[in-house]
Amino acid sequence: MLKTFRLGGVHPHDYKISRDAAIRVFDVPASVTIPLGQHIGAPATATVQKGDKVRVGDVIGTATGFVSANIHSSVSGTVTSVDTVPDGANLRKLSVTIAVEGDEWNPEIDRTDTLIKECTLEPKEIIARIAAAGIVGLGGATFPTQVKLSVPPGKVAEALIINGVECEPYLTADYRLMMERGEELLVGCEILMRALGVEECYIGIENNKPEAIKHLNDILAGGSYHKGIRVVPLKMRYPQGGEKQLIAAIMKREVPSGALPIDVGAVVQNVGTTYAVYQAVQKRRPIVDRVVTVTGKSLAHPSNLLVRIGTPISSLIEACGGMPEDTGKVINGGPMMGRAMANIEAPVTKGTSGVLLMDEKSSVRGTEMPCISCAKCVDVCPMGLEPYLISKLSRLGRYDRLERERTADCIECGCCSFTCPSNLPLLDYIRLGKAETMKLIRARQAQAK
Amino acid sequence: MSNRIVAPSPHLHGDFSTPRIMRDVVIALVPAFAFSVFVYGWSALFVTGIAICSCMLFEWLIDRFMLGRSSTLGDWSAVVTGTLLAFNLPATISPWLIMLGALVAIGIGKMSFGGLGRNLFNPALVGRVFLLISFPVQMTLFPDTPGVDAITGATPLAFVKEALKTGTAVTEIMPNIDLGGMLLGFKDGSMGEIGAVALLLGGIYLLIRRVITWRIPVFVLGSMLVFAAILWLVDPTKYINPLFHVFAGGAMLGAIFMATDYVTSPMTKGGQTIFAIGIGVITILIRVWGAYPEGISFAILIMNATVPLINMYAKPSRFGGSNAKKK
Amino acid sequence: MDGTLIYTWTVVILVGLGLVAAVVLYFVAQKFKVYEDPRIDQVEAMLPGANCGGCGFPGCRGMAEALVKNDDIASLYCPVGGASTMQAIAEFLGKAVAEKEPMVAVVRCGGTFCNRARINTFDGARSCAVEASLYGGETGCTFGCLGNGDCTRVCNFDAIHMNPETGLPEVDEEKCTACGACVKACPKHIIELRKKGLKGRRVYVNCVNQDKGAVTRKACAVGCIGCGKCVKTCPFEAITLENNLAYIDSAKCRLCRKCVAVCPTGAIVEVGFPARKPETDTAAAATTQETKTAAEGGEQHA
Repeated sequence: MLKTFRLGGVHPHDYKISRDAAIRVFDVPASVTIPLGQHIGAPATATVQKGDKVRVGDVIGTATGFVSANIHSSVSGTVTSVDTVPDGANLRKLSVTIAVEGDEWNPEIDRTDTLIKECTLEPKEIIARIAAAGIVGLGGATFPTQVKLSVPPGKVAEALIINGVECEPYLTADYRLMMERGEELLVGCEILMRALGVEECYIGIENNKPEAIKHLNDILAGGSYHKGIRVVPLKMRYPQGGEKQLIAAIMKREVPSGALPIDVGAVVQNVGTTYAVYQAVQKRRPIVDRVVTVTGKSLAHPSNLLVRIGTPISSLIEACGGMPEDTGKVINGGPMMGRAMANIEAPVTKGTSGVLLMDEKSSVRGTEMPCISCAKCVDVCPMGLEPYLISKLSRLGRYDRLERERTADCIECGCCSFTCPSNLPLLDYIRLGKAETMKLIRARQAQAK
Repeated sequence: MSNRIVAPSPHLHGDFSTPRIMRDVVIALVPAFAFSVFVYGWSALFVTGIAICSCMLFEWLIDRFMLGRSSTLGDWSAVVTGTLLAFNLPATISPWLIMLGALVAIGIGKMSFGGLGRNLFNPALVGRVFLLISFPVQMTLFPDTPGVDAITGATPLAFVKEALKTGTAVTEIMPNIDLGGMLLGFKDGSMGEIGAVALLLGGIYLLIRRVITWRIPVFVLGSMLVFAAILWLVDPTKYINPLFHVFAGGAMLGAIFMATDYVTSPMTKGGQTIFAIGIGVITILIRVWGAYPEGISFAILIMNATVPLINMYAKPSRFGGSNAKKK
Repeated sequence: MDGTLIYTWTVVILVGLGLVAAVVLYFVAQKFKVYEDPRIDQVEAMLPGANCGGCGFPGCRGMAEALVKNDDIASLYCPVGGASTMQAIAEFLGKAVAEKEPMVAVVRCGGTFCNRARINTFDGARSCAVEASLYGGETGCTFGCLGNGDCTRVCNFDAIHMNPETGLPEVDEEKCTACGACVKACPKHIIELRKKGLKGRRVYVNCVNQDKGAVTRKACAVGCIGCGKCVKTCPFEAITLENNLAYIDSAKCRLCRKCVAVCPTGAIVEVGFPARKPETDTAAAATTQETKTAAEGGEQHA
């Protein structure tokens, strides 16, 4: 029996059409726009001004406060503006725009491909290097990695879990990394284990990617890696890539409501993040680029591109054969949790795992019908909530009742809306109610202090 | 190119839709329908046709002229209600009564609450129980089922009830009852309830199509079986074989098609279990001690009324346990 | 004989029960009596009974209690009943009440379908709150009305409706009680309570866009571009410019309408004035809807 999580979940068709497209290095664009807030938490503070010269890997924004991350220049050239620029949602965010001149790198960065396995740094130094490199969760959540690795006093990390699930349909960026950068990835695991002081590491991969499972197992068998690293094949089921679901699947422990993964002794890192950690610690290379899957059923050349941060998304689409005629929706991320874009000139950021072009027909939602209480949303909710009820209460503005229904537990995976036979926008309203509930909880906590 | 679409996630949708589910229910009812046509001939076709047409007509009229909204016939639920209503009627019933039943089922049972999804009670059962109470004679006058001579004109349940009332011991009744024949459908009764095998076939189809889950049917029939078995073990001369209860009357129809109605059943697994056991137990209570020989319609309606309460208290199994971590 | 006996006993028992219950109830009522100021009931009866929450209390009862219990009721105000109701209640209670001018909800967005091009289509739940939390909206203007009508759904007085022709909500001044429900419901903070004004005459900036002029101009034909001409023109210093957006303080505005004439985009509108001659009517040309309301308002107050 393959492992999986206990409650709910759905089985969308996986459409991994770009799975066999090897990672291709995308050309450096003529100009990049690098937002200062690419992560959860406070946006970075700009350290450059208009007219400044920067090299690849130079810091252009420093972390503001504890939950924040450094921002680096992804190109070399001249800063043309530090101003608000519309993001994918058409909301104006403070960004640094740089006109590209040549490709000169910060000399501290080791740009060679040689694998450096040895790591003798102290955990504190590892975390400092990760923080300096501005690493955030590259799976899409963009939570600053150094915060996740700093285990709070009184808590003990027992195991590191590497998230290679990539349960979102269409996306293949993590899969390609596992296939092409397996060795670096495993060294990254060892570094993270060292930073956390754990002896166990599980790499969770769904069984729709048997090649990746085999590939990593082969490397583990052929090299001298840490004995605690194990590849765990998982039964395919969405949202297995959710942090809490992945811990439940692999460790059979469920994170209680309101608690964090560290409370059950687990730290989860995405495959892309782990690779970035290797780059940061062994090569002093900050996040200046990332792998982005550009895909869609009608797209001419679905690809996996290694793209500099700040490259306009529209140029990626051009490079993959241009926007198909029948495009109805452009999604930043996967189809289940990604954000539909109102502005495709928006730049690639650290959290951009994919660009998905959906055809017009499948972009339009079905007509809303009355709820027939079929209970399918309750059955598929991986958190054991009652989406129909939360959605209805939220729609009616009864925010006072939402906390009791554990609305704050919602992970916004979208299983409820996916399965609803009446095409109800369940998650739209739940998200609204969740935001209101969080506000209530925060207000109460502030009062208690 | 028209404007690009922007919407909150998820951007994919599964293959369930309300009309598809309702159509599947209709398809699942086809074997039982075919069987009743086989047994009762044209009259079965006639009754079902009138029931479906009048349900659709009334829904359309109410939508159009009372609620002033566009027709909701596209969701197929009126067809399901019509078919289920027909299945609960004797094949010889007058067309006027069918139409009256349809009016009550759709008008009072469903549309007065606001239409599909809002009704508290199963509409088809509201129609049936209304007819049963208002026209008891017409509703219990069943035509002879070919090949069933022993208990002409009465359902096995009514026959047993009468016999027990007059003091006949169960051992004397049993030889007159052919359990195997009952399972196959050779018994008198309402149109749709006679062919237990055909109904089971429909139930299996619904399970495969993931329209229903096993929980409600199994717990309804299981609790009937267990409760009847307890009585039977206490006194086998006064209480009849539990298998008889499961095969007789509308138990199969009720358990597979009526109790599983989405709108009028609870939302959580725990709630569905409570609901189903309640139906099973009340059915046996009515059959054994009540005034009516058959009780599943009443049992389902009674439990329908408890659904909002069950929904309030029966919460799903929560991720990470039921208690929030104390901060 | 038997019958009479049954009747007699029935009467005796029922009367007995009644007496016992009456005595018990009397003593219980005495023991657990809660003193409640009878004036609360009377004040509640004087309030409009809409239970809209516009006063800040859960309902009219809560407001009545506060009015009776608080010595200083100057800060309490029932927007629905208005000054006359408050005056009557104050007289009844013998307390002083602050004079408040009647207010009305004003939708500060002129981004009709023709003024503001749609550049994408929103396909989520029909709720402004949902749309606002997702992205900037269907137009290039990320400040303006989203048009899903959250404000219309919270109005208890049927006073605000979406106009399908413009895609914007319109306030029915006769029905609007300025309870503020729509102000709270609007996630874009477009709706503002403004003084109803003498004869219903008002001048205000019909825009909340804080983008730079060029961006605003591209997104909407009637947006405030923050040029500041109105600020310079205003003889009464009633207009301030902040974040590329002009704002007219209704307390200082003397309704001279000089700003309306100088506004290059027609973002400043006038309501309730008799129609101007067509050639000078720049503002009204941009927002035909406003002139219509203006004409109506003028007649009503004439």
